[in-house]
Amino acid sequence: MRPEVFCLMDGIHDLGGKHGYGQVIAEPDEPVFHDRWEASVFTMVNAAAAAGAFNNTDRFRHAIERIDPVAYLTHGYYGRWLGGLETLLVEAGIITRTELNERALSQGATVNDRIAARPKSAPDPMDTRTEVGSDRVLQTTARFKPGDQVLTATEVKSGHTRLPAYARGKQGVIHQAHGGWVYPDDSAHGRGESPQHLYTVGFTGDELWGGGDPNLMVYLDLFEPYLEQQ
Amino acid sequence: MSKVSEQSIRAEALESLLIEKGLLTPEHVDEVIVRYNERVGPMNGARVVAKAWTDPEYRTRLLADGTAAVAEFEFEGGQVEKLVVVENTDEIHNVVVCTLCSCYPWAMLGLPPAWYKDPEYRSRIVREPREVLKEFDVTVGEDVAVRVWDSSAEVRYLVLPQQPEALCGFDETELAAHVTRESMIGVAVL
Repeated sequence: MRPEVFCLMDGIHDLGGKHGYGQVIAEPDEPVFHDRWEASVFTMVNAAAAAGAFNNTDRFRHAIERIDPVAYLTHGYYGRWLGGLETLLVEAGIITRTELNERALSQGATVNDRIAARPKSAPDPMDTRTEVGSDRVLQTTARFKPGDQVLTATEVKSGHTRLPAYARGKQGVIHQAHGGWVYPDDSAHGRGESPQHLYTVGFTGDELWGGGDPNLMVYLDLFEPYLEQQ
Repeated sequence: MSKVSEQSIRAEALESLLIEKGLLTPEHVDEVIVRYNERVGPMNGARVVAKAWTDPEYRTRLLADGTAAVAEFEFEGGQVEKLVVVENTDEIHNVVVCTLCSCYPWAMLGLPPAWYKDPEYRSRIVREPREVLKEFDVTVGEDVAVRVWDSSAEVRYLVLPQQPEALCGFDETELAAHVTRESMIGVAVL
């Protein structure tokens, strides 16, 4: 049994700007699903949500972020989904890891197979949701407007976030304000929707990566708590 | 991807458990396969692009409020609560990514191709986009600005590619047949 792993935000999923990955290879005439099991995983994710294994996209995304990092890089997209799906089904008590292990072994798996799922023994609480989607009307005034200079947070918190590591502690300019949206940092952990103002923020390539490409801008969609007035 | 992988065995084991628990039927899987092969795919985004190329008033509305402009098509499929359409020009080349997971405008483009979800694209496109674009046989001149859109929240991005001169005079349906998925992500020039 592996020791339980804390769900730090500096996970393997946070790939932007990381070095060492090679050429992008596009598969000619790639099918939508390579094999039926990929479509099965896609379908099971919807079925798991309907069965109450999770109640929002943020929780599902975070379950994928928490899977075994080697599996994250080697099991492919639907392999990652399978890891997140199994994690949430076990945490919700809909299946047990033992019954799935036994079933897989009876269908040709081996004891040495790498299992992506990382269910927590004490899962986050499940909050109550009444609205669908993530777009929310906010009564509070937006702190920033297009053209404002902002500085992104540097603090590293444990848990889910949508501020990628490569954009931490960087100066940017508000490009567009999008109103209120469910805040993933709380939503993923069962702490409610906590809607926040969302902005598209533009960063120069120079600010993010140092010199090199003077004609590059990278835009990210960032929540107000990630931003300070510059 | 091999037919019998660790993942495929585990997925099939899980499917059999969920079927026994009454949470799923094999027909649900068949429906998903049909939906994303036949109804929800890049043919939807291509219709939007073709309309923008042939109808200047629609193009203006699409660039001002993508969500409202595509709602007119009543496409099936979720994942697009807010759509922002970014326009490629002689001066600006746009390209879309999700570095944290694989966010993608499903209703416009269907499910994303594997390369879009792979670590290679997600790590490199924000840092060295011109190099990555060369791997797609797209050379963007140094005088052309590159704008990378990292879909880090629920806003989804669609690139409006430039209409090639060779396609002048085509009608909307003919044009749509020439608009590729890659051009609407920003890794191809038509």
